[in-house]
This record gives sequence, C-alpha cells and structure tokens, in this order.
Amino acid sequence: MAETLLFNALRDAIDEEMARDPMVCVFGEDVGQYGGSYKVTKDLYEKYGQWRVLDTPIAENSFTGMAVGAAMTGLRPIVEGMNMGFLLLAFNQISNNMGMLRYTSGGNYTIPTVVRGPGGVGRQLGAEHSQRLEAYFHAVPGIKIVAVSTPTNAKGLMKAAIRDNNPVLFFEHVLLYNLSEELPEGDYICALDQAEVVRPGKDVTILTYSRMRHHCLKAVQQLEAEGVDVELIDLISLKPFDLETITRSIRKTHRVMVVEECMKTGGIGAELIALITEHCFDDLDARPLRLSSQDIPTPYNGALENLTIIQPHQIVKAATQLKSGSF
Amino acid sequence: MLEVSVGSSIGFDSFRWLDPVQSAPEVQATPVMTQEFALKLPPETMAAEAAGSHAQRLAAFTAAPLTVSREEGLMLYRDMTLGRRFEDKCAEMYYRGKMFGFVHLYNGQEAVATGVIKAMKAQHDWFCSTYRDHVHALSAGVPAREVMSELFGKATGCSKGRGGSMHLFSREHHLLGGYAFIGEGIPVALGAAFTSRYKRDALGDASSDSVTAAFFGDGTCNNGQFFECLNMAALWKLPILFVVENNKWAIGMAHERATSEPEIWRKAAAFGMAGEEVDGMDVLAVRAAAQRAIERARAGDGPTVLECLTYRFRGHSLADPDELRSEAEKAFWAQRDPIKALAAQLIGAGLASAEELKAIETEIDAEVADSVSFALAAPEPDPTELTRFIWAED
Repeated sequence: MAETLLFNALRDAIDEEMARDPMVCVFGEDVGQYGGSYKVTKDLYEKYGQWRVLDTPIAENSFTGMAVGAAMTGLRPIVEGMNMGFLLLAFNQISNNMGMLRYTSGGNYTIPTVVRGPGGVGRQLGAEHSQRLEAYFHAVPGIKIVAVSTPTNAKGLMKAAIRDNNPVLFFEHVLLYNLSEELPEGDYICALDQAEVVRPGKDVTILTYSRMRHHCLKAVQQLEAEGVDVELIDLISLKPFDLETITRSIRKTHRVMVVEECMKTGGIGAELIALITEHCFDDLDARPLRLSSQDIPTPYNGALENLTIIQPHQIVKAATQLKSGSF
Repeated sequence: MLEVSVGSSIGFDSFRWLDPVQSAPEVQATPVMTQEFALKLPPETMAAEAAGSHAQRLAAFTAAPLTVSREEGLMLYRDMTLGRRFEDKCAEMYYRGKMFGFVHLYNGQEAVATGVIKAMKAQHDWFCSTYRDHVHALSAGVPAREVMSELFGKATGCSKGRGGSMHLFSREHHLLGGYAFIGEGIPVALGAAFTSRYKRDALGDASSDSVTAAFFGDGTCNNGQFFECLNMAALWKLPILFVVENNKWAIGMAHERATSEPEIWRKAAAFGMAGEEVDGMDVLAVRAAAQRAIERARAGDGPTVLECLTYRFRGHSLADPDELRSEAEKAFWAQRDPIKALAAQLIGAGLASAEELKAIETEIDAEVADSVSFALAAPEPDPTELTRFIWAED
C-alpha cells in the first residue's frame, strides 16, 4: 500500500466518518471551497455540500459557540482552527460551553465536538502563529485533549475523536502535515486515552508528544550509540494522562524526563511531574526533569526560534546525565 | 490629529439627523422642547419626558388590538402571572436565606417571555436565555418545582443543583440554557437554528422547521457575538429570533451611554434582515410581532431582530442597591405594568371577569407555594456524585 501524508490521513478520517454518519459536519474558515489551509478538508465541500462543510466568516468565538449549539441539538461538528492560536478568540466558548456545559446542565446535554487544527512552533511564523494552546486549555474541565504525531495515529485518533460523545481538542502540528507513512488497512481507530510506547528501554523514561516525539527519536539514535537505553513514550492523550502506561514505565526505569514544546511555566510537563511525584515518588532514583520551551513569546528570528524550543542535542545531554546521576 | 468626540460635543440627538437609514421608523424620538411647549403636552408625555429617552420611545406606542381569543388571553395572563409571582417568591426566599449567589429577577419584563415563547411550539422550537432566565424556563414549560428546586440547589432541580439561578437547562423542554456571560448564548442559539436548517437542507428532512429564540439584553448588543451572529444568521437565512429585552440598564450603565445607536432594531438593516421595534410592556404586541417573525423563520425567510422596549421593576440582581435609576423613570414604567394592562384589556373587552383573573392568581400562588414546599423537602445532591456529569457516559 502506498504511503500517506499526515494531512491526507486526517482528510481520509474525516471523509470516512462523514460518509458513516450524516450528523458529522465541519465548520471553519476556508474549510470548504478552499479545502482548508493545510488541505485537511480538500474536496469534501464538493463531495458533501455547503451545509456539511461550512465556510464560516472569521468569527472564531461565534462559530465555535454555534458548534456547541449544533452539538446540543444533534449534530457532531468538527471545528477547524485555521491556526490553533486563533482559538484564543474562542476561549470562552471552549471553556464555558464545550467543557463545562454538560456538568452545569446536570447532564441535560452532551457536546460531541472536535476542535482541531495546527498548533506548535513552525518555521519563523512569529509569536502569534506559534502557540502551544494545549497548556492554556489544560485546566478546562470536561474536555479531552489529544496530540497526534504520525499519519497512523492522526487517522485513528481523528476517527475516535469524531465518534466520541465528549468535546475533544485535537492538536495537530504545523510541521508534521507532510510526514509520510504506510497506514494500516481498513477501518481502524486509536484509543483517545492511551499513550504509545514508541521504543521500549530500561534506563530512562522520556515522556513527550507531538513534534517533540521526532526530536526525541533523533536523540534516541545517538543515545543508543552512547549506551543509554531510553523508553520513549508518546503521551498522545494530554488530558487525561495515561497514568497506567506512565507509572509502569517509571517503575521499570526509575528515571523520567518530559520533553515538551509548550512553555515551562504552567505547562504539560508541570502537571505531569506533579502527578508523577504523587504516584511514583518512591520509585524514582533521580529527580524528574523537564525540557520545555523558554517562557517567552516565540521570536521570529530563526536562530532565536531554535533556541526557544528544545533541540535533540539537549535531549541527549539530559538523558545521559539523568542515567549517570549527574543531575 | 484631534478628532471631534461624537459622544460629547455633537451629541446623540443631533447625530440622529445624519442617520442614513431611509426606512424611517414610525416612532420619532421626541425632540428637545421648551418648557412652554412641554406644558401644553398631555400628562403622560410629560411623564415620559421626565423619565428619559427610553420611556419616550415607549410612550409613542398605543396598545395593540385585542386579537386573541378568551382562551389565549387567559393563557397569556396565567403565564405572566406565574412569572411575576414566582419571582416575588424568589426574592422572599433569597432574603430568608434559602437561595444564594446572584439572583436576577424578571419582574416587569413578563410580556416578552410570554409574548414570544407562547407564540412558539413547546418541545419543538428552541429557547436560549441569559442569567435572567427563570421566567423563560417557566414559559417554556419547565415545571415550577424543577426551577425552584434548582434555585435551592437541590437534586430535583432542572440542572440537578449544578447550575443555579443563572444556569437553568432542560433538554426535555428545549431550553438550551441560561448563559451567564454576556452574549455567549447567542452563538449557541444560532447552532440550534443551524441544526434545523441542516436537517432540512443537508439531510432532506422536510419536516424540520423548528425555530430558535435567543433572548438577551440591550447591553449584549454592544458585544461582538451579537454582530457576528446577526451576520451568520442572515447569511445562511437561519430560523432564529434575536429577542432584545431592552430594559435600558446594563447593571448601572444606561443604554444611551453605552451605544452609538440606541434603536437596536435598526441594526438589523445593516445585515439585510428584518428588524422590528415593539412595546415590550404589551404582551399582545410582542406576541403579534413574534408571530410575524416566526412565520418568516419557518418559511425559510431568515432571522429577525425584535427589540422589545421593557423595564425591570427590580434592581439588576437582588444584590444591586439600585441607586442610579430615577423615581420618575420607575414611576413611568410601573404605570405600564404588562400584567395589569392585559387584565384591563381582557376585562374591558368582556373576555374575562375580575373574579376569574383573581382565581388564576390564587391558583398560581398555590403552584408557587407548592414549588417552595417541594424544593424545601427535596434531597440535596448526592455528595458521591460530585464529579458526575463531567463526561457524556456518566
């Protein structure tokens, strides 16, 4: 079977789910006639028509709220954030209504929605288009958060997110759309709440997600040569964390570090290490580490941008030191 | 570069002369007049002038013709009375320490909820409210027991004690909810209207003709979500009524101090949609206007902005000291009590007797008293279910 690009894997997932369930629809800026800024909805407008692939005006908070109301009355909307950063403008609808409304309503309504789009630091896109909103949205109750990292999990997770009856924030990465991979045959889905052990190992557990998985894989190659046996885990689910997989690994390696693209303060790693400390304190032979982005707006300059996010050589150094106990 | 401030040096009244809208309203803003001229006006006009511009807009209306049957008239009277008596009981219970938090009462605005909601189809059309939502819930058919229980935080509340006064929900009665942040309910209502259109046009269900009414106030009409949703509703001809309950006051901010064009219904024209100004103290006028808008929406002719001129007889919430509204203004609006007005019309037309209306009030008082005793006796939410309702499966 031919290899599939990540954006096409997402597109196939949406196409298959729209064919399977007439209540599934897409709202967003340029999702229809234009096919999506990253072509994730290419040709779906022609196939499903203007109501099911709805080109919206540039009004993020309102079309996200419209998705909430549509979901409350029977539809299963997928909202595209042309860039996930734009969804800061929809923070209220995502938090108050997608996340909290089922609880506040005492179970009167369910909100089966997917909010998806490209996040992360791209190549010199400037601060506003380089955001890591997973950390900003992490505290909102009632939403699931996943981050995809390969064409295979992108497709399987998208299908699972669409079928889930809860709101799912679905983070893609702007630099991963052209990853290519042979996909499994047939109608497969991936669990929204399960981490993936990318590489088993015995010395150090590295917890990561999204594009940093690939930085970690580069580092792991070098670490292998240096005799550091890494267990690499892609979290996939950022909320809730797959604590079972995480604790099982730490009980084996007794050393853990988080590699993340979000900023350090209030980041995904901050919450993760707090949980690890609560659940695995006695299993740890070294203090847990965080490799995170700098607490700054992402600069435009390419060299400064590289210094803002974690690079593979930093992962190599930290993992080596963590194994040798020199931290 | 310095520019002239529109609000201060030109003034609102002179700015109206520049109004480009050609379809001039039948109601003209009362011009500034001299003392001598004012003395020749009838007492009500003088009272309106003393009560301010919002009252002056209302004063131009005359009562809508009595076009309802006896049954409809009594139904409307009953519904408004339920809203009024329920809210009075809420105030009593709040001051007796039975309910907590922010409680916003609807007294004075009953003609709007009753006029619109009772013109729609129960459990078919959809309703979306704000933090001032008790009476919308009652008119939509949520039992008084469930609403009162919710205000008491009980397990039998329509939101299972999780929502409170500002967050009443009932899927059974198509109440999309009470939304406490300004404007955030409008997009949700738009979504319900979208579903109606989607079922008809994307799924081919010809029977899908539900209409959604979104209720909100004058303060909301300065918020982006109002304009964004007007645009989308008109663009896609969605079956929705934007019902503005213009009660002049956004807590302490007077409407004319907050907006560049106080006549909200005119803003519809900018989106190419129907807009109508209506006497929001006259339930028959509201009902008639709502019926016109509902008919347009069901026929696929799109949305309407219905600006209902109304007034809240109490403060913004039960915590509001209400220090800014003048006595003249309150007196003017008290004279326009929508329930008394309908009673006078029904009796005057011989459709009902004073005794019959009194009997309805007695029945309503019993219903409200029953809701209180039910709520008092109802169980608290089960503490072991604290985290229930977060996820769809639970």
